[in-house]
Amino acid sequence: MSIGHTLLGLLESGPRHGYDLKRTFDATFGHDKPLHYGQVYSTMSRLLKNGLVEVDGIEAGGGPERKRYAITDAGITDVQRWLATPEAPEPYLQSVLYTKVVLALLTERDAATVLDTQRAEHLRMMRILTDRKRKGDLADQLICDHALFHLEADLRWLELTAARLDKLAAEVRKP
Amino acid sequence: MTPAGSLLTAHGLHKTYGATKALDGAEFSVHPGEVVAVMGPSGSGKSTLLHCLAGIVTPDEGDITYAGQNLAALSDAARSALRRSDFGFVFQFGQLVPELTCLENVALPLRLNGAKRKAAEATARAWMERLEVDDLTGQRPGEVSGGQGQRVAVARALATGPRVLFADEPTGALDSLNGERVMELLTEAARSTHAAVVLVTHEARVAAYSDREIIVRDGRSRDMERIA
Repeated sequence: MSIGHTLLGLLESGPRHGYDLKRTFDATFGHDKPLHYGQVYSTMSRLLKNGLVEVDGIEAGGGPERKRYAITDAGITDVQRWLATPEAPEPYLQSVLYTKVVLALLTERDAATVLDTQRAEHLRMMRILTDRKRKGDLADQLICDHALFHLEADLRWLELTAARLDKLAAEVRKP
Repeated sequence: MTPAGSLLTAHGLHKTYGATKALDGAEFSVHPGEVVAVMGPSGSGKSTLLHCLAGIVTPDEGDITYAGQNLAALSDAARSALRRSDFGFVFQFGQLVPELTCLENVALPLRLNGAKRKAAEATARAWMERLEVDDLTGQRPGEVSGGQGQRVAVARALATGPRVLFADEPTGALDSLNGERVMELLTEAARSTHAAVVLVTHEARVAAYSDREIIVRDGRSRDMERIA
């Protein structure tokens, strides 16, 4: 995730202190991975250097953590550009799972068990996410759904590959 | 051999339809209050396994033990009585009686078990409330959506207080959101009554509501717990 763009976006609604930005970020997007204060301040000093934010005020007591930041016009343009640019879809062509299956076949190991072991692990994670989703709010549900759909896609691939193992074995073992 | 604490177990099940081996040594067990997903590709034998476990189909070979009794040793009449008293069923679709209202549908198994109309309908109403379809009591199945109909079917399956709930692709005809709600309500209700659930599904997102899964491939089962 682009932390710089996200913090910039959060500043659009009004100037904020670094600690306030961190708190808002964590509450909205942090879920499993809260930001470190260090990340916030290093990101803000970069944005400051690039003219995307400016210091709106410094509270008495000084120190960098008391600075209040405001987004600049250039910052707003930058957020707008980021939102309008599609993310590159992940092609998923470098699959560790595929490599493991082929290697298992090449070395005459049990490739079906490799697939089933992975399958069990995927489903275990899906159970954890499903449970979290059931207990969570809408934000939790959407975040978990995103992960669940990806895991489900992997599982479908595992199932399909399991059904084609004999064919794949014949192909990869060709001299 | 029956795993300790199991309510329903199957050992070495074989079933052949013509030249097709539907089950080829399948194993199964479920504890009270446990939700077990039976997964596998189409035609793998998972529905046949469910039908055998529920005493609807008799396996050619193998043992099925329910609450300490051998299903094969029971007469057809005794097995039917057991299905009515101890088992509940939810299928993919087409299970509600179209001529009856939703309330009458949910009350039906209670009436068949000898309950008076008033008592049966009171219990049915409570279950419909639990499945969040109590506003549909007077509607007929043709007048409600797929997701609502499925919740009515779950209410009906649970109304008799079954010890085992058999669900065969219960969300197969629903979209994701409706399917999830049905699964949430179904598993919550089953767990709170300590009913065991045998959930046949080919969808991982549905199986994720279970406690454990077994995979059926070519009529043989694999317990994923023993792999992980």
